[in-house]
Amino acid sequence: MHIIFTEISKYIITIFMALYAFSCFNVFRYNSEIKRKYIYFRQNLYMLAIYTITFIVLVLRYKDPKYLYFYLASMTFVVLVINISKIFYSKANRLIINNMCMLLSIGFMMLARLSFDKAVRQFIIAVFSIVITALIPYIIGRGPFFSKFSWLYAISGLFALIVVLLFSVTTFGAKISFTIFGISFQPSEFVKIIFIFAISGFLAKSTNFKNVVLTTIIAGIHVIILVLSKDLGGAVIFFVVYLSVLYVATCNILYFGAGLLSGSAAAVIGYKLFPHVRVRVKAFLDPIGTIETAGYQIAQSLFAIGTGGFFGMGLGGGAPQKIPVVAADFIYAAICEEFGVFFGICLILVCVSCLVMFLNIAMRFTNKFYKYVAVGLATLYGFQVFLTIGGVTKFIPLTGVTLPLVSYGGTSVLVTIVMFSIIQGLYISVRNGINFE
Amino acid sequence: MGMISKVFEKIKSKRDLSGNKQIIQLTYIFVGLFLMLIVYISLFVARDSMEIINNTYNKREELFTERIIRGNILSRNGDALAYTDSIPGMEEKRIYPYANAFSHVVGFFGNGKMGIENTQNFMMLKSNNNISERTYNDLNGIKNRGDSVVTTLDTNAQLAAANALDGYKGAVVVINCETGEIVTMVSKPDFDPNDIKEIWNTINNDSENSPLLNRATQGLYPPGSTFKIVTALEYIKEYSDYNDYTFDCKGSFAFDGSVINCYHGLSHGTVGFDKSFAKSCNSSFANITTKLDREKFRATCQELLFGEELPCPLHNEKKSFVPINEKSSTDELLQTGIGQGNTGITPYHMCLISCAIANKGMLMEPMLISEVRSSNGDLVKKYSSKEYKRIMGVDEADEMKHLMREVIIDGTGSRINDTSLYTAYGKTGSAEYSLDKTKSHAWFTGFAETDKEKLAIAVIIEAGGSGGEKAVPVAKSVFDAYFMK
Repeated sequence: MHIIFTEISKYIITIFMALYAFSCFNVFRYNSEIKRKYIYFRQNLYMLAIYTITFIVLVLRYKDPKYLYFYLASMTFVVLVINISKIFYSKANRLIINNMCMLLSIGFMMLARLSFDKAVRQFIIAVFSIVITALIPYIIGRGPFFSKFSWLYAISGLFALIVVLLFSVTTFGAKISFTIFGISFQPSEFVKIIFIFAISGFLAKSTNFKNVVLTTIIAGIHVIILVLSKDLGGAVIFFVVYLSVLYVATCNILYFGAGLLSGSAAAVIGYKLFPHVRVRVKAFLDPIGTIETAGYQIAQSLFAIGTGGFFGMGLGGGAPQKIPVVAADFIYAAICEEFGVFFGICLILVCVSCLVMFLNIAMRFTNKFYKYVAVGLATLYGFQVFLTIGGVTKFIPLTGVTLPLVSYGGTSVLVTIVMFSIIQGLYISVRNGINFE
Repeated sequence: MGMISKVFEKIKSKRDLSGNKQIIQLTYIFVGLFLMLIVYISLFVARDSMEIINNTYNKREELFTERIIRGNILSRNGDALAYTDSIPGMEEKRIYPYANAFSHVVGFFGNGKMGIENTQNFMMLKSNNNISERTYNDLNGIKNRGDSVVTTLDTNAQLAAANALDGYKGAVVVINCETGEIVTMVSKPDFDPNDIKEIWNTINNDSENSPLLNRATQGLYPPGSTFKIVTALEYIKEYSDYNDYTFDCKGSFAFDGSVINCYHGLSHGTVGFDKSFAKSCNSSFANITTKLDREKFRATCQELLFGEELPCPLHNEKKSFVPINEKSSTDELLQTGIGQGNTGITPYHMCLISCAIANKGMLMEPMLISEVRSSNGDLVKKYSSKEYKRIMGVDEADEMKHLMREVIIDGTGSRINDTSLYTAYGKTGSAEYSLDKTKSHAWFTGFAETDKEKLAIAVIIEAGGSGGEKAVPVAKSVFDAYFMK
């Protein structure tokens, strides 16, 4: 019985996911949130359908009522988030809320199948994050004073990174996490946001050559500390975010070109200088040839994706637990194995629609600081998605980055929800006609 | 500093300084990156993923065996070399209709995996029958039949080789020189893969006969006189006047305190270059070896893939080796030149060298699988031949071919001359392997040529005695079986 249901369900889930992904772009055809209302409502239905079918599969397969309880709890949570935000932030961008809930749900489904405990923990973190970030859109709408503290942002961000470099625990070869009172933090995740505020503040003040050089030096120090911490993914993300903000701030293709050139040069130097970079590149070029050593993770990831094919093995039908760090960095491979690559592609499209919406919001600002913050957050999100999915599919070398909102990981979920909330705040401000001029 | 800053500040967009143009460009860049990623993933799944997941490190076998009945392994003639008997309600059984004849190359499944059963594991665990049929079966809990792999192995040649080696220890490898298709691969002693579970402990612990060892790709033997192919090639490369070479053979050759004897102390009289090779005159070849540049000789051996990773569609093949370098003693050098000493080569490698000679110096990438077909017979994937590497020049290969023809017409390989089915070329070898100089492994390597095809062969019979007497007839019976059809 459950085999038949799993088999049929994977096609139905794929169809609903495709409809959802399509609707994400359909939104851009209309300019007002009122006209988009109907699309958003349908998105909620697709979401509900995918979530419900998935948990029926899990309950049937594992014959354990705990999946049912988890389903009820998490579904209630999602319904509440969608509806309460409607009441308190009537001018909120619903695509961002829907996509946030959709991505969280995909994470819940996959984690529930991989490790029920992790799903529960992820759920608790999500609830906690939503609650403590609830006021962020309101605060953002209060005022322009955030642009005043650039030096404070820069110094505290750098301080946090240096503390991590000196005192943190090494996980998977990178010094990134930090344990306080038994809870492990990755401060560099928070620093990403502070960093964006810092560079936006500096560049909003002036884009004369002197100021650009100063800001570049500050950004460069961030990147260098991350490289020293062996957090390559983080270093590349900071670099790309800075380059994007700099380009938008200066409107100068020369800076963009010079940035790309120096970035490439830095990559070559990094390759020559650091053995762990060479190992990553070697694993990328030939994961099968290096399967006994560096290529193991990526080869296992490719096995999973290839095994799943376009329609997947059905939830519970694959063997994603054979991939190392599957719940965090490699969750996309697990999704492809069991939900199928079509589903995985739709997931990419959902993320792309978030990115496009973020950049869209950035364009509506005349206030430079907030415009740059929006650009920074958009590229931060977009590039992180690109790095992780590109990495596990061997499109680019693996950097060990999580898939925002989907991957298991407390700091990552919290920080991404903070990001989404800031963007939401910016959007509401624009709709309220506040431009902080 | 001031100059640079002026340059940077001058080039600003004149019309729009809002940054929105740049944001639109960023949007395009990101969307472009993601579209490339999506195309890449789709291509990976549609085109490349089968090659990747068909890997012995992929531990997903049990997932597939729940849904798929393992596909067949077929010979190039269409005969099933392995298939799965599946009667509802009974345990599936893997059947090998030819029992021992294909034991190493086809391998086995159950108690681990070996041979093609190992390398093509996942190919046979995917079903490419039409999707509606598969879905219907999935929904009804019926297992689908996995795809079949079509090998390049020829049933007749393989059976002839297995038959000819019956009772010996040894190996036969046959490869199509122009396509790289492996036509035959036999290793003796062998085992019956049908009973692998029952006989596993016995054969796994039989260190005297090592029946699990694929001698064709894993057995390292002294090459004996077959190595004169390499020595002769090096001489041709270094001395363009090789045709003027003469030597007066008295049955032995002394140099720098080392003595090399001809086979059974036979003296060959005055011999030229061709005759030295055809008669396999050790004394003359020891003399030739003294004239060679060690560094160039070593380089030629490396070009011929000694000490190198060989291209091989099976796993765990062994590297061959030659010990010469700048520091080699004269004795070591002379011994190496006639194929004794510390050189070790696999029959598979020996066959590759003959392949390249027959194919004008170009070695084709050896292949064992030509096609994958669904259980309904539809073509799923076709593998085509490709060049691996040029390992000698065209003229050198032609000259070697001429020398190897002389061996058959008027030399040690005459037992394969009396046929109208094909023209044979080759070199024999009788490789001493112990202090007892009367015992030797019988070698033959060479190729058979017709208007249509060229097939290279390597035969070794352990302790078989003379290559010309023992190994050549094996080659003949294999070629006869193949070309007779």
